[in-house]
Amino acid sequence: MDEEKKLPEQPEQPEKPAAEAAPAPKPKPKKKKPKKDPRAKLYKPDHLLIMSSSPHLSTVDSVSRIMWTVVIAMLPALLMGVYYFGWAAIKMAVTCILAAVITEAAINRLKGERFTIKDGSAVITGLLLAMTLPPSFELSGAVIGSVFAIAVGKHIFGGLGYNIFNPALLGRAFLQASFPVAITTWTNPRTVDAVSTATPLGAFKFEQIGTALTDLLYGNTGGCLGETSAIVILAGGLFLIIKKYADWRIPVSYLGTVFVFGGITWLIDPVAYPTPMFHLFSGGLMLGAFFMATDMVTSPITSKGSWIFGIGAGILLVIIRLWGGLPEGVMYSILLMNAVTPLINRYTRPKYFGEPRA
Amino acid sequence: MRLPTFNKGVHPNDFKHFTCSLPVKSLPMPDHVLIPLQQHIGAPCTVNVEKGQEVKTGQVVGAGEAYVSSPVHSSVTGVVKDVGTFRHPLGSKVQMVYIQRKSEEDEWELMEPITDWQAAKVEDLNTRIKAAGIVGLGGAAFPTHVKLAPPKEKPIDAFILNGCECEPYLTADHRAMVEQADRILEGMAIIMKILGVTDGYIGIENNKPDAIQVMHEAVSRGGYDFKVVSLQVKYPQGAEKMLIQSVLNRQVPTGGLPMDVGVVVNNIGTAMAVTDAVKEGKPLVERIVTVTGDGVKEPQNVLARIGTPFIDIINLCGGLTDEAAQVFMGGPMMGMSQLDMKVPVIKATSGIVCTSDKGEAAEDAMPCIRCGTCVSACPMFLLPTRIARLSEVGQTEAADELGIMNCIECGSCAFVCPSRIPLVQWIRLGKLRVGEMKRKAAQDAA
Ligand code: SF4
Ligand code: SF4
Repeated sequence: MDEEKKLPEQPEQPEKPAAEAAPAPKPKPKKKKPKKDPRAKLYKPDHLLIMSSSPHLSTVDSVSRIMWTVVIAMLPALLMGVYYFGWAAIKMAVTCILAAVITEAAINRLKGERFTIKDGSAVITGLLLAMTLPPSFELSGAVIGSVFAIAVGKHIFGGLGYNIFNPALLGRAFLQASFPVAITTWTNPRTVDAVSTATPLGAFKFEQIGTALTDLLYGNTGGCLGETSAIVILAGGLFLIIKKYADWRIPVSYLGTVFVFGGITWLIDPVAYPTPMFHLFSGGLMLGAFFMATDMVTSPITSKGSWIFGIGAGILLVIIRLWGGLPEGVMYSILLMNAVTPLINRYTRPKYFGEPRA
Repeated sequence: MRLPTFNKGVHPNDFKHFTCSLPVKSLPMPDHVLIPLQQHIGAPCTVNVEKGQEVKTGQVVGAGEAYVSSPVHSSVTGVVKDVGTFRHPLGSKVQMVYIQRKSEEDEWELMEPITDWQAAKVEDLNTRIKAAGIVGLGGAAFPTHVKLAPPKEKPIDAFILNGCECEPYLTADHRAMVEQADRILEGMAIIMKILGVTDGYIGIENNKPDAIQVMHEAVSRGGYDFKVVSLQVKYPQGAEKMLIQSVLNRQVPTGGLPMDVGVVVNNIGTAMAVTDAVKEGKPLVERIVTVTGDGVKEPQNVLARIGTPFIDIINLCGGLTDEAAQVFMGGPMMGMSQLDMKVPVIKATSGIVCTSDKGEAAEDAMPCIRCGTCVSACPMFLLPTRIARLSEVGQTEAADELGIMNCIECGSCAFVCPSRIPLVQWIRLGKLRVGEMKRKAAQDAA
C-alpha cells in the first residue's frame, strides 16, 4: 500500500511552527516567549491526534469474523458426520484442516507475506473438503487434496479474494480425477467396517433403487461426511443467511431451480427420473447450496448476478445428474458457474440511481 | 405501516445519546475569531477590511460579488488584527480575517428588518438571503440564494426541509427543531414564497420522535399546511437525492440536480438563518454545533460564533479526554479529520466529534473478498469495489464508465466493508483523476 501515501488526505506533520509565508499572529506563540499567551498550551492537545479519511466508522463485521462464523455454522453438520461415521469422520476433518492450514502457512512464508491463518479461510477450505470426502477415504489422499486446494485453488490465483474457483471444490475435483474409485466408495453409516455401499443417488442412477425421504432428511444414508443430513446443513445455512454472511438468493435460486427442473423431468417420466424432493435432499446439494455456492469470493457481487448464478448451477446440476456420466453434479455445477462469475459480474451492473430504465 | 425510505444504505450506530437531550447552550464570546473568506462553494470573497480597522458584529469583512458566492461577516465586535492564510478545517490553507475582540460589548451592525415579508418582493427577499451570507448549513455550504433562484426552464413544485440529520453523533438540527420550531417554519415559509411553491414537506428520521411531535404541533399552531413526513432511520437518508426519493418518490436523474425533478431541499439550520436574516436583518454569524463523542469531557450542543477556534469550544466543553484519538468536523461518515485544533468553526460546521476510536490502520486492509456487501450498501447503485479498484490501478476511463462520478462519497461502502478497504479514499482519488481527464479533453477539443 505504498500508493496510499500519495492520497490527498493522509496525515501531515502536525504542529509545524509558523514557518508559512503568512503572518500567523495569535495562535502560534513565538518560540522565545512561549509563556506569553496564557492559553498557548491549550492549543496543543497533549497527545497527537490521528488523521484519517472518512468514513470514520465501520461495522463490526470483518473477514475473520465472517470466516469463523462460517466454520461455526458448519459444526453441526460435522457433528452429524461424527455421529454416523464415528472416528473416521473426526480423523478426516482434522487431517484436512491441518493440511490446509499448514500449506497456507508455508505459502505465506514462501511469499514473505504476513500469516493469514487467523482469517479462518484455510480452516474453511480444509473443513469443506473433508465434508465432501467419503469417510473411508485414504487420509494421505485427503492431505493431497487439501494441499492442492490451498496451493493451486487459492494461492496460484493470488491468495484470498483473487481465486476464481472455490478452493475446496477444486481440491475435491482433483481427487476425483486422481482417485476415481476410492472417492466413490461409500460406507454405510453406523457401521464400523468399510463395507462399500451405494449412495442414494448412485443407487437410483445405476440400480433404480429409491431411498426413503426421511432417511435422507436425517442423514441415515451412505455418502460423504457432510452430505448426509440435510436438516443440520439447512440449519447452519439459515444461520449464515440470517447473519447476512451468505446471500440467500443463491441457495434459493439453486435449490428452486433443481426442484422445478427436476420436477418437470419427473412429471414427464416418473419411472426413469427421481422425484424433485429426492433431488433436493440427496447428495451434496444442501451442503453445496449453503456452504459452497455461497462462497463470497467465487460468487457474483451483484444480486441479479446471484440469481443467475443459482439458476445456472441448478440447471447444470440436473443435467449432470440425469444425463451425465456421474451420479453427482453439485461439484461441477458450482465450479462451472464459478468460471463464469467474472462475466456475470460484468453484465449485471445495477442501474445507477436515477439512470433511465431502458 | 412501513415508513418511507430510499433503497440500499446502511445502519450505523447513531451515538446520538451523548447530546440529543441537551438544550443548546450559548457560549461566551470568543477572544478572537478567524473568518475564512471561503466557506462556501463558489468564488472566494474579497477582503474589504484593513488591518487595524474596527469592526462590529455582523459587518461584512469579505464581499462575495460573484453570483455564486456568499459574503462573510465579522462575528464579534473588535479589531482586525491581520488578514492572512491560516489552516481551514477542510484541509488547505486559505485567506482569513483575524479579528480580536475588543470589549465585552457586542455591537451589531444589522440590516433593515423586513417584518412584513409576505408583502415583500421575492427579489428583495433573495437579495437579503445573499447579503446575510446564508449557505447550506448541512455541510455542503452551497449559496442558498442560488438554490432559490433556479433557471426558468426548471419549474419547482415542491420544497423539502431536511430534518434527517442522518449522520451519527450530530444533534444540532434535532435540538433546533425541538427548541426553535416556529423560527424554522417561518424560514421555510419565506423560502417557499421565494420559490413560489405551495407543497412543503419536512422530512425527519423516525429516531427523533420529540422533534416530529414538536414540528407537527408547530405546523398546526402556525396554520401552515406543511406535511411532516417521518422517515425510516437509515444512512444516508439526509442526502438530497435519497431524501427526495423517500419523501416524494422521485428519482433525480443520474448526473442531475434536485431541480431537475422540480424540488429544492434545504436544511433546518438554513431555514432558521433565513428567518433571522429577513425578520431581524441578522447576517449569518453563529450556528449550532454539536460537540460530542467520548473524546470530549462534556458533550454539548452549543451556539457558537463562526470563526471560533475549535480548541476554544472544546475547552468550554471540558476539553479533550486523555483517550481522545481523533477529532472530526462534521459527522463520522463524511466529516473531515482535524489535526490542528486552531481551525475555526465555519458555516458548514455541524459538529465537532471527538472520539477515542483510533480507526483502522491502512495496513490492516485485507484483499477484497468480493462479498458484495458494498454493492448492497451503495445508495447510488454503484459497484464500489470495482470503481475503487479501477482508480487504485489508475484505470481512470474504466472507472468513469462505471459511473464513478455519481458517487456522493457517503461512505456507506467503506463502512460495511469487512476487509476495511479505504474504498472512498480510492474513489475520491479516481474522481479527481476523471475530472482532470475531462478538463484535459475539453482543452484539447477547444
Ligand atoms: S460508492 Fe460512493 S455513493 Fe456508493 S456507497 Fe460508496 S461512497 Fe456512497
Ligand atoms: S465490501 Fe469490501 S470486501 Fe466486500 S466486495 Fe466490497 S470491497 Fe470487497
